[in-house]
Amino acid sequence: MADLTAAQPTLGLTVHLSFVERNQKWMAPAVFLAPALFMFLVFVVNPIIQSIAVSLTEWDGLGPKEFIGLDNYRELFDDPVFYTAIRNNIIWLVLFMLAPAAGLAIALFLNQKVLGIRLVKSLFFFPFVISSVVVGLVFAWFYDPNFGILGRVLEGIGLEAIPVLSDENWVTYGIIVAALWPQVAYTMILYLTGLNNLNPEVIEAGRIDGAKGWSMLWNVILPQLRPATFIAVVVTVIGALRSFDLVAVMTAGGPFSSSTVLAYYMFEQSIFNFRMGYGAAIATVLFVIMGVYIAFFLWRMLREEH
Amino acid sequence: MRKLASTILLASGLAIAGAMSVQAGTLVINANTSDPGPKQAFEELVERFEAANPDVDVELNIFDHEGFKTTVRNFLTSQQPDIITWFAGNRMKTFVDRDLLEDVSDVWQDNGLDTTFASSKSALTIDGKQYGVPYSYYQWGVYYRQDIFDDLGLSVPATWDEFMAVNATLKENGVTPITIGTKFLWTAAGWFDYLNVRINGLDFHLDVAAGNVPYTDDRVRAVFAKWQELLDSGYFIENHASYSWQEAQAFMFQGDAAMYLIGNFFVPFFPEDLADSISFFPFPVIDPSVAIYEDAPTDTVHIPKGAQNKEDARKFLAFIAQADNQAEINKLLGTLPPNSEAPIGDDRFLQAGFELLNSAAGTAQFYDRDTDPEMAKIGMQGFQEFMVKPDRLDAILERLEKARQRIYG
Repeated sequence: MADLTAAQPTLGLTVHLSFVERNQKWMAPAVFLAPALFMFLVFVVNPIIQSIAVSLTEWDGLGPKEFIGLDNYRELFDDPVFYTAIRNNIIWLVLFMLAPAAGLAIALFLNQKVLGIRLVKSLFFFPFVISSVVVGLVFAWFYDPNFGILGRVLEGIGLEAIPVLSDENWVTYGIIVAALWPQVAYTMILYLTGLNNLNPEVIEAGRIDGAKGWSMLWNVILPQLRPATFIAVVVTVIGALRSFDLVAVMTAGGPFSSSTVLAYYMFEQSIFNFRMGYGAAIATVLFVIMGVYIAFFLWRMLREEH
Repeated sequence: MRKLASTILLASGLAIAGAMSVQAGTLVINANTSDPGPKQAFEELVERFEAANPDVDVELNIFDHEGFKTTVRNFLTSQQPDIITWFAGNRMKTFVDRDLLEDVSDVWQDNGLDTTFASSKSALTIDGKQYGVPYSYYQWGVYYRQDIFDDLGLSVPATWDEFMAVNATLKENGVTPITIGTKFLWTAAGWFDYLNVRINGLDFHLDVAAGNVPYTDDRVRAVFAKWQELLDSGYFIENHASYSWQEAQAFMFQGDAAMYLIGNFFVPFFPEDLADSISFFPFPVIDPSVAIYEDAPTDTVHIPKGAQNKEDARKFLAFIAQADNQAEINKLLGTLPPNSEAPIGDDRFLQAGFELLNSAAGTAQFYDRDTDPEMAKIGMQGFQEFMVKPDRLDAILERLEKARQRIYG
């Protein structure tokens, strides 16, 4: 900038600084942050406040809003489907943690220099490129008890076909398996890039010290992959909590709401049952759960940085 | 959260997209006619309308039939099209109550619809005003594989006992008697409707739909008891909750199942080689002292209150009401024209359906069209759960009753 030279103290004289120059330290970040902050306030914070406000009303989305205080929450905590949804969300969260582990295993397997490995890697990555709606449809056909491959294979080995998507005990697991397929590919890619950035000197040093096999992986490779693990776990947790699309496509929460998750139950109540207030109450609960997780996560991250 | 919000936004965005590029002289029609027959019927209707009104440019947006039921709310509260397809009865009333549909009594008067549409007028009238024009209605009944019946020496059952005997014979011979796909719930409501009107009659059924009767009432329990007879004997296909109503057709077409309680919109789906082997009989009589009532859902077109081009929209309503157009589209839809002057297709199902509905002592629209939309959703989830887990009946009925008290309380 042109004033930069003027701002330099020449010949040991104090130079008079303009208002902008005196306050540059806090103004520059403020100015640069302003657009993002503005957008954040309007499009993130504002809807959160609005939806909390809606959760205190009874509203069908068309007519007038009626303030009913905490009645929606009272009803929610007495609603068996709400607990089914929370339980399913927890199952999602736990089983989704298989994705980083499986992703790491596949990444280690694919991280070798063989002819055509690039092609193989891209094939493994393929599920992540497919739209989740297509993944859902393909798995729904796969699970079809009369015409799907799964049923045929089970019958082939003398077992009975399982109607995965219409059996309340299997359905959530069936959907999670479908969701894991692209999620594993995603974490695999994260680990593959991580493996590319390993420091060969550290590995060499480890080798001299006699590390190989599991001890090499556990003590030398994994610590270096920590950034990748970190990202993989974060995207997986978020992926599990926001699970919605596959539930909507594969079962619509059914049979009789046994595969619903909080996000889908919110959608169902607001859009199909026209209870915006009740839906907003569910959204608020989901928001609190995510908030707790994110706070915990930030707290750990800050602690490690210090 | 944000991903989710954007999914919802996307859904509504898609719904609005059609209405965005509107100019004067354009008539925007948002229709739910996504199955092949209805799609063709509407496309041809629009072509004829454009030929008759060269100055009007029609933009026809066809939506998935299931998805339309939710997206319609988005475009009724944002960019409104000039015409929407919808359903008579409580479904229409929900929107009229919120002042979202145009009063089109003038179209009725100017075109003499009061006489030609006398039979369906009440389903479109609220407080003496008409809010839409019907374009088709159809009968429900049991569609069955006549060739399988003939092979096993079965004849059409007229009473519940005969019906149970037919089921038993089919089952003994390795044919699942009844196919159904309850993934999208409403097919199960067909069974509730018919069992209820055959056991308790139409007035009681409409009372249930209007939320005046507890779901734990003994008369409602009687309906489920009859239903349970079928479930306990395993007369429905297994895993029906996995299938949509279209997917469930396959069992009947492959000969694994023999009967299907469904509406006449089923007919266009028959495979060519089976077209002559499938026939139709009315739902059997359960209590001879109860008059015969039928489900006859009416499909309609309406003008949203905020439509841009109401003038051409009124022309379109008058056009779709004409006897020749009613005949033409209903031929392709495989349904009956509500206009009494329109000739009925010579198809045997239409002839039988017309006779059936004409001789019925009264008709209902359908459970999810007669009752409050939210009650319908919760009720039909209960029907589906009951069909899979009949032993949970008490818990289900209590849940429905709790919902009824909240919704109508």
